[in-house]
Amino acid sequence: MTDILATIEGGNEAEQGLKPRSELTARELMREVGAVLRMSEAEVAKLGDAPDDPSDDQTMIINMGPQHPSTHGVLRLMLELQGETVLRCKPVIGYLHTGMEKTGEALTYMQGGTNVTRMDYVSPLNNELVFSMATEKLLGIENDIPERAVWMRMLLSELNRMSSHLLFLATNGMDLGAVSMMIYGWREREEVLRFFQKVTGLRMNHNFIRPGGVAADLPDGWRDDVLRLLNLIPSRLDEYDTLMTGQPIWRERLQGVGVITAQEAMALGATGPILRATGVAWDLRRDQPYLHYDQVEFDVVVGEYGDAFDRYSIRLNEVRESMRIVHQILDRMPGGDYRIQNKKVTPPPRARINESMEALIHHFKLFTEGFKVPEGEVYVAIESPRGEIGCYIASDGSATPYRMHVRAPSFVNIQCLPHMMRGGLIADAVAIISSTDPVLGEVDR
Amino acid sequence: MSTDFSREQRVVHCTRAEYVATVRALLADTFSMCVDLTAVDYLTYAGDRSLPTGVAAERFEVVVNLLSIEKRERARVRVQVPADDASIATLFDMYPGSEAMEREVYDMFGIVFTDHPDLTRILMPEDWDGFPLRKDYDQGRIPVQFSGDFAVQS
Repeated sequence: MTDILATIEGGNEAEQGLKPRSELTARELMREVGAVLRMSEAEVAKLGDAPDDPSDDQTMIINMGPQHPSTHGVLRLMLELQGETVLRCKPVIGYLHTGMEKTGEALTYMQGGTNVTRMDYVSPLNNELVFSMATEKLLGIENDIPERAVWMRMLLSELNRMSSHLLFLATNGMDLGAVSMMIYGWREREEVLRFFQKVTGLRMNHNFIRPGGVAADLPDGWRDDVLRLLNLIPSRLDEYDTLMTGQPIWRERLQGVGVITAQEAMALGATGPILRATGVAWDLRRDQPYLHYDQVEFDVVVGEYGDAFDRYSIRLNEVRESMRIVHQILDRMPGGDYRIQNKKVTPPPRARINESMEALIHHFKLFTEGFKVPEGEVYVAIESPRGEIGCYIASDGSATPYRMHVRAPSFVNIQCLPHMMRGGLIADAVAIISSTDPVLGEVDR
Repeated sequence: MSTDFSREQRVVHCTRAEYVATVRALLADTFSMCVDLTAVDYLTYAGDRSLPTGVAAERFEVVVNLLSIEKRERARVRVQVPADDASIATLFDMYPGSEAMEREVYDMFGIVFTDHPDLTRILMPEDWDGFPLRKDYDQGRIPVQFSGDFAVQS
């Protein structure tokens, strides 16, 4: 009984949680209220000496999550409230931690794709892409990938950006009470996923982009399917504009909520729509081009105020920009191989195994042992729908990565929540979580 | 401190004593974003570490990825951290965003960041024993259990 009481009293994660103000050091308090970002040194010193706070009994610490439907998975937020106002906030994460970076050390470079694709399960193809690009850079074959594979990767990456942003529009609508938006967003996303299923065989967790190229060629009739998507979605996006963008209730709920400045966003390492909403035009597709993004025309959508509305409209308009890119990809898709013809990396075609001893050996070695990757370390970053996703691989020359680390955009982005929420209302907290678009599988890995 | 290029990527090696000064110099040189901070445990590394002269190889290595939006460049700082005194200064005062990443490195490798405002576990439960991403931390395997009876019918 006393154990239970102690657990209730302290919480079962007391150390990681939000402590009462009386138990905090000045430095911790500075961090939690974002003083390091917002105040001058004199103000910070004043805060450290005598916290000008409401006394403990006027404030209340509550848990939001981990199973709250609007926390997008198993995110737990501890909020210190005074009435309806959020004074402090601390994200407590790790409920979905499955040790994927450790698992990655035991899987060969060929199997690695199945692991990383499960991190950000809303944009799996971008995870596979960054892992494959890092492996290829270690192998030194990054410039030898066949043209068709590169354009296919771009096609899939952009369609995945569309499906991810459509899901964001759905959940953002749901979080703010626009329930019909939820159904519309899921409906359009499903159309994109249906195309993925046709190409890769699966709706999610594809393991389709692999070191050396992609797993298979595009199926017959893919062009018609993409064109159907491109005809269908623009009119639906215009419907969203009618339903939400111009609607007074929607604007009331989002404008001026969760404001973050460019300096704060950069200090916190935020990337993607959060950074772009503050007016910083930073998009890796344009600024550090990979694949053939330097050969297509598109605009980087930026905001001005850094609030939740800017983040919403950036994502909505990025769907339009992605469609613009997909149109250009359709025009330029070349023929040829869809994976590199390097016997050490690519398994031989099924027909060759029956007639060639070498092909059989290569096939056997590739799938039992994997291919060896030269020693060294490399960091590759691309623009995922949520921001910069990076892959750091240290190789010791064997067939498995010595260390495989994924820089997850959501992990960094949710660290902005305390700064965005401070001083806001608890009802706005939901809008702010939603506007950072976190995927908890990627946060916890 | 020495700068070289590994696969066209700029890598800065420095000792633990030079760490803060090196990062501060890069911050002054427009590297205003700390995009990533992680670590590697080189305990069982078989290959050649290829470190420049003057930097002694240690068990742990903290890897910091910095980004300059102005110059559109990246720089990677690699610092050696010895196993018997696994601690290093925090970058929190320069890059507040590194706070969560340092907590993750502490959680996974047990590297202590001195002066960090809130050095607690972030992904693992707080009463967890050991540091999972260390190379001497074993990896377990749970046998797959099948619910059906897969015996071959004769």
